[in-house]
Amino acid sequence: MIYSLCLLLILVGLYGVIVSRHTLKIVIGLVIMEHGVHLLLILIGYRAGGQPPIVDPGTLPALFAGQSVDPLPQALVLTSIVIGLGVLALLVALCVRLYERYGTFDVTEIKRLRG
Amino acid sequence: MLVLFIALPLAMALLILLLARSRPALSDWLANLTLLTLAVLSFYSIGSSELYHMGGWVTPLGIDLRLDPLASLLLIVVNVVSLAAGLYSVEYMRSYTAKDHYYGLFLLLVTGMNGVILAGDLFNLYVFLEVAAIASYALVAFGCAHEELEASFKYAVLGTVSSTIILIGVALVYAVTGTLNMAHIAARISEIGMTSPLLLAFGLFICGFSLKAALVPFHAWLPDAHPSAPAPVSAMLSGVLIKAIGIYVLARLVFNVFGIGHGELTVLRWLGIISMVVGALLAAGQSDIKRLFAYSSISQVGFIALGLGLGTPLGMIGALYHLVNHAVFKSLLFLNAGVVENATGTRNLDELGGLNKTLPVTGVTSMVGSLSIAGIPPFNGFWSKLLIILACVEAGFLWAAVVAVAVSVVTLVYQLKVQRHAFFSDPKDLLTSWTKEPPLMSLAMAVLALGCIALSLLVITGLKTPYLISAAQETLMRFGFGL
Amino acid sequence: MKPDPHNKGMSVIVKTVARWLKGLILLYGIYLVLYGHMTPGGGFAGGVVIACAFVLMTLAAGEDQGLSFFPKAVSSTVDSIGLLVFLAVAWVGTWWASGAFFKNVIDTPQQSYFSLFSGGTIPISNIGLGLKVGSSLFLVFTVLAAFRLIKNIDSKDEDTK
Repeated sequence: MIYSLCLLLILVGLYGVIVSRHTLKIVIGLVIMEHGVHLLLILIGYRAGGQPPIVDPGTLPALFAGQSVDPLPQALVLTSIVIGLGVLALLVALCVRLYERYGTFDVTEIKRLRG
Repeated sequence: MLVLFIALPLAMALLILLLARSRPALSDWLANLTLLTLAVLSFYSIGSSELYHMGGWVTPLGIDLRLDPLASLLLIVVNVVSLAAGLYSVEYMRSYTAKDHYYGLFLLLVTGMNGVILAGDLFNLYVFLEVAAIASYALVAFGCAHEELEASFKYAVLGTVSSTIILIGVALVYAVTGTLNMAHIAARISEIGMTSPLLLAFGLFICGFSLKAALVPFHAWLPDAHPSAPAPVSAMLSGVLIKAIGIYVLARLVFNVFGIGHGELTVLRWLGIISMVVGALLAAGQSDIKRLFAYSSISQVGFIALGLGLGTPLGMIGALYHLVNHAVFKSLLFLNAGVVENATGTRNLDELGGLNKTLPVTGVTSMVGSLSIAGIPPFNGFWSKLLIILACVEAGFLWAAVVAVAVSVVTLVYQLKVQRHAFFSDPKDLLTSWTKEPPLMSLAMAVLALGCIALSLLVITGLKTPYLISAAQETLMRFGFGL
Repeated sequence: MKPDPHNKGMSVIVKTVARWLKGLILLYGIYLVLYGHMTPGGGFAGGVVIACAFVLMTLAAGEDQGLSFFPKAVSSTVDSIGLLVFLAVAWVGTWWASGAFFKNVIDTPQQSYFSLFSGGTIPISNIGLGLKVGSSLFLVFTVLAAFRLIKNIDSKDEDTK
């Protein structure tokens, strides 16, 4: 059930990318899509009633492995957030430069390349 | 030694950004020496298979780098073409400022591609894919002119959507199999079989990687991005990037990890056929040289996808050989287009003419490249297209073979159009201050043209056995990884 | 002449509070980086918080103050050096016969688990990453914030390269 809510978030982001006419709104749509995927990844590693994957002094490894949530998707999501940040910085810089050149943020008017 | 392919260009990119801020000559030297080292190292990797554990952690716990014959073939292609493009950009990028940023981004692109080729697990593949993709978005926008920014924005948005789709696929595969290591995933899939989440993940991977490889319903970014980039960047993008992060990963996932049987290969075949036809027809109507070459790339990648989608050993050999050939002659053609644009100030075929007299090296190499891509014997394009067509006939798809032959004829048509309009007709009075081609650019183009001829000799003299056939067999027969 | 609105920063209250807070935020960022091997955090999260301290300084006191504390050339250098430190630490792992890239070469005795100086080479990698992320995020912020949105439609702007 909750995975379908993540999918809904991804689809909302995709809708934003497809329908928006403002370049920055397209970028926001992409960010929402990425948030949805990150949520999906973390929820895949969830275990009902699980502990955070932090080892305290005095915890037995076997008990820890049986109780904590899966830490691997959390590491994947951290990496993916960093990648998303890099892409976001590049896209926003491109949007600003596009405004400098074309004078508009409207995607339907930025169409010099045709055919 | 495997780590050097990733660590060396990354460290050199950082050193260039650190040291060469206002000294373009230093950045030229550092970058080209690095690319030369990588090209030489990639030839050393032939014939060895290796599994390198990063950090000393054994496989289920750690991440690996894996070298097998297919990976070494791709490494040679990527690094040699990068060397040629790097040599070319010493003089081409003289008119752009910030050469250190250019070389930094270029070496990051090479890092990303080498990482994708060597990655042994799915998530590192994704990370290096993103490194290469982000570097390419920035490189396409490098000149900050109108078209470059527009093309880069379109490319970046579509590329990010495809990367997100790929990440959803990775998440689904992890959820079902519980591991990210590609060898272990293959083992688990052979136990479980293709359940519906895996089928969904496979579909998502096809969509995501077809966008990276520019197969036809997903090709919309390529005709804008490749012409607008500076010429050496176009050569890298069209020659190696769409193949290293698109077709190579698709082949790995389809054959080695998922172990797809003949039923599901249909989608790859259809994508290939549609790309061939649409790319060729749209290329024939273009009047901008680089846009024509960009559509031609879509068409040739369609050939490669068709060869892979047949699933037979002959088809694999043809597809891999065409991958190598296309990397060499398409980057050669883009480098030629860059010289033409710099010498005459325009890319429009209606305004060009008679460049054979004023740009002799460009004329000869572009003739070699055009004959290769059109599939004229004895050049290399003929052999690879022949192999793919024979494989189609052998696998029973006669109509696909007929379509492939027709597309080859259309390819010949538009290449002759370029040759006639740009090189052979009456000279128009267009030259800017360039009177002859700079030596390093000529060297880069000559190296690639010699590569075309050498690759064709590879078939005629029978030397292709150790490099290509073993790589092809590795890909096909191995469901799962042997190491 | 009119003072440039981008440079004079915000009101006195904001400036004073920011001046008190930026040290605390920087300290919190350094804590996240250094204790990254024991508590959640590490190079990236700590680096983001360090960058936030500088961003706060720039927003509150104006661009000039922020850039005079951490000029663009310095921040670009720290950026490259951070990742070179990370790669150097990883490369040290290959020097020994049983070593591999990224191998954790500093051995941690059992009784010093869960203390600050445990974890081998991980804290050094974290510091390198923290430096890199902090300076590069601050650089991104400065460069993007410095865009004055001038409408440069092409009729006025001939030399596009």
